[in-house]
Order: sequence, then structure tokens, then C-alpha cells
Amino acid sequence: MSGGIAFYAIFFAAIFTNNILLTNYLGMCSFLAVSREVSTSEGLGGAVIFVMTATSMLNWLAYHYILIPLGLVYLRYIVFIVIIAAFVQLVEMVIERISDKLYASLGIFLPLITVNCAILGASLFMVIRNYTFINSVFYGMGSGIGWTIAIIAMAGIRQKMARSRVPKGLSGAGITLIIAGIMALAFMGFSGMIKIT
Amino acid sequence: MALIPQLLIGIGAISAVTTVLAIIMVIADATIANYGDVQIKINDDKEVTIEGGRPLLSSLMEEKIFIPSACGGRGSCGLCKVKVTSDVGDYLPTELPWISEEEKAENIRLSCQLKLKKDIAIQIPDELFNVREYECEVASLVDLTYDIKQVNLHLREPSEIKFKAGQYVQFQVPEYELTSESIYRAYSMASQPSRINEVELEIRLIPNGICTTYVFEHLKEGDTVTINGPYGDFHLHETDARIIFIAGGSGNAPVKSMLYNMLETNSPRETLYFFGARAVRDLFLVDEMKELESKLANFRYIPALSEPLPEDNWKGETGLITDVLDRHITSGENTEAYLCGSPGMIDAAIAVLTKNGIHEDNIYYDKFA
Repeated sequence: MSGGIAFYAIFFAAIFTNNILLTNYLGMCSFLAVSREVSTSEGLGGAVIFVMTATSMLNWLAYHYILIPLGLVYLRYIVFIVIIAAFVQLVEMVIERISDKLYASLGIFLPLITVNCAILGASLFMVIRNYTFINSVFYGMGSGIGWTIAIIAMAGIRQKMARSRVPKGLSGAGITLIIAGIMALAFMGFSGMIKIT
Repeated sequence: MALIPQLLIGIGAISAVTTVLAIIMVIADATIANYGDVQIKINDDKEVTIEGGRPLLSSLMEEKIFIPSACGGRGSCGLCKVKVTSDVGDYLPTELPWISEEEKAENIRLSCQLKLKKDIAIQIPDELFNVREYECEVASLVDLTYDIKQVNLHLREPSEIKFKAGQYVQFQVPEYELTSESIYRAYSMASQPSRINEVELEIRLIPNGICTTYVFEHLKEGDTVTINGPYGDFHLHETDARIIFIAGGSGNAPVKSMLYNMLETNSPRETLYFFGARAVRDLFLVDEMKELESKLANFRYIPALSEPLPEDNWKGETGLITDVLDRHITSGENTEAYLCGSPGMIDAAIAVLTKNGIHEDNIYYDKFA
């Protein structure tokens, strides 16, 4: 299985060749909604990287030290989500304390990180692919970084697009999805380059 | 594994995990989200210490210092502006739509969006210290026209109110079918300052209006109402200039308050009151105004109808209030104008007044948006 895959291969793959957003198409809702401005995207991206790395670690520990020994593997969905939710609450409190401005500009999207499927997806992938602890940490971090790169790229494109003449029916979600599709096509060129399963 | 032990282990494990997480959350809330006690210094003079972490507006309200607010702290009215003299960080995106460039230079912030995390120093106008919350009882409800109601409130606690004629109060609408949380709406007081134990309001029904629907369809005599005030900069200036009042609909309220105040203080000033309405059914308290004509030294009430119905048999002034104004005002010398009504009417009237020689500095208005 994946015992022999190097962590740096997984890290690189998670960012580029198996980008959780552009290849696996997870985490689309906040991606579409927040990618309007580069500064907010950077803020949200940072929060997502932090949450993804930490929850991958926590979920791995919960999976291997609580669920497997007690034969409760079938409860992984519940346990993972509960851990993610608690962690995001913590992140919210910390951001509110450190930067009022970031907290206000992220608004509702900060608690929405909880239901960002990319976060749960990363944890589930790590479990399905049977990653070691180190691999999980780097997979989580890499996925977060990949997601952030995708959202910042999209924000950059959208900010430049403000001066283009987008057909009225496509403005907003329509053109954004089309652009996401084109970006995904570009990333598809990477598929199969690195084996991480 | 047998089913029951398996189930119990499953339940036990999930409970344990969630309990541990809950404990972590409680600790975090008490530490990270705990801002401790925060000191607010007001006008370099008064100091209050309160629990931090909450918006400035609600923190001040708890200390019985009422900053005007129509939306109750949601950031949708822009009224709760406060000048902050200490450093509280950059403007939040939710404040920016309401703050003008001049206000930014003065460091004026929206107090409902500013969370108190450390000691802060603010400046608020002295009049706000006179603002109180009053518990009242509805003494009577009188239909002035088909869409304007006179609401007479008797003050219970505190029982006296001190204000200047022309000021307004905020009327609290409790939760009911049109609103899930209580909101406030501002209404000018039609009663004059000498009536210290009462507040009279004129409320005009607005289709689907949260407050007006409540007043017209739910409020009854004997009901308890909460108001706070007085607020507002709109009042008569102590000069000997001729006064021109211009109002429409419920804009009559502050004018009525000022007229009765003038009567009680024996004001000798020449006064003209132009009241704009569509047809006879929109006019109200006409007899009272006629009575004032004979009681006040030099007062004329000039109602103007823009669309009188044939059955009205209207013999008075007709046309838009601005046209009637134009006809009557010949010179702008030594004249002050006080306007209240819709922003559209006020802007149009200001144009006519300045055209006739009345200086902008002598025109005062209260826009009922």
C-alpha cells in the first residue's frame, strides 16, 4: 500500500498533481463565494491550511488510537466531523482575538470551514489510502496549500475579470465555475505523474 | 463481538470524544475568548468598567448610556456613530459603507460593530447623557386620518421626560409576526416639552412597515411600550427671525410641538406653516391650527393640496407645496425655515427657499426616511 511513499512526494502531489480542489473537486462552496478578493482569499486560505493540517493529525490519532482498537471504524464520519467542528470553533476564537478585521471580512465563511468537504475529504482520503502519521500531516498541509493556491489564483483572475465584458447570464457563479473547469483541465495534465495511493 | 457490548462501547467512545472536546471548548472560551474587564473613558471625564468582548453599543446601553440606533446593533442603520480617541484598529468592512471621509478623519466609528477588547476612550455629545429608557402605557390611540394615528403615551417609569420641542424618541417594537427580534424606529414628539409626563407621537402607516403595522394592527390602549430618548438636533433657534415651517404627513409632529411651545413662551415671532397634502382626507388637526392662529401673536396656517378631489370643494391653496411656497414667499430677509417630511419634499423645498433668498445656514430640516 502506501507505506513506502515518501512524505515529500505526497506533499508535492497534494499541492499540484492531486490538488484537492481542482482534481478531486472538493471544497467548492467557499471557493466560489470567497474568491472575489485576493486579500480575503489569502485570509481564508491560511485558516484552511491550519485547519486541514491540524485536523488531519487529530483525526489520524483518533482513528488509530480510538476507533480501530475499539472496532468502531464505522463511526469515523461522526468522530471526524465532531473533531473538525470543535477545532474550527477554536480557530474562530483565536482569529477574533488576533484580528478583528480578518474576522469581520471572513464573516460567515469562517464557521463554514467546518462543512468544507475538502477538510473531511482530506481526512477520509488519508484513512482510505492508509497513510502513516507523517504522511497524513504532510497530506493535510499539502492539500490545504493546494486549496489556497487554487483560491488565490481564482481571486486574481476574478479581480482582473472585473474589467472584462462577461455575458450577463454568466456573471457571478457561472463564469467562476467555467474558469474553475478550465483550471481543472490544466491540472488534469498532471494526472498520474506521482503515485500517492 | 456481541451487539450490546459493541453498542455500549460505541456510545461510550463517542460520548468520551465529544465530552473531551466540549471541555476544551469551555476552557478556550474562558481564556482565548475572554477579554476580561475593559475600561471605557467617556469625554475625558466619566469612566465605566465593563465586561469586554461585546460591541461598544450594547456595552454602553447596559450602563444606561443610550447611543441612537434604529436597527438595534445589526449595522444596517448607521446611526450609532461615536468618536473614538484611542486606538482601536482599522475600520471594519461592515463600518465602511456608513463612514464618510470627514468622519474618518475624526476617527468616528460605528459603535455596534466595534468589539471592546481593550481599554477605550470615546467622546459623545453631552445631550446623550440625558437619554433614558422609559416604560410607558398607551393612554389613547386616535385616528387622525385614514393612515395617520396619534399615539398618546403616559410615562410610568421614569415618569418625567425633559426635551426640546422638535426632538424624537425611539419606539421599541417587540418580536411579533413581522420581526424575530425587537427593533427600534424613530418618531418625533408631537407633545410640547411642558407635558412632562406624556409623549405624543404621530405615526403614519407604511405598507409592510414593521413598526407601523405593529402600531396599527396590534397596539391597544393600556399596552406597555418602551421608548428611549430624547434624541435629535432639530429644534427652534433663539432668534427673532421670521419662521417658516414646511411639513407633510407625520412631519407635523415636531412642528406641533414647536408651535405649542411658542404659545406657552409667548413667542412674538411671525410664523408661517405650509402643510402639504394630497386631498382633504390627508389633512388633520385643522381646527387646532386655526385656533392657534388666533392665540399666537402672528401665526398663519397654510394647508396646500396637490390633488384635491372634486367632492372636497377645496377653496384653499392648490398645487405642489413647493409651488405654493414660491407664491407666498417674496423675500428671504431675516427668515429661518424648518422642514420635516420625506427627503424628496425637503430637497425640493430647500431649492425654492434658497431661490427666494433664504440662506442655506438658516434652513433646518429633519428628513423622515
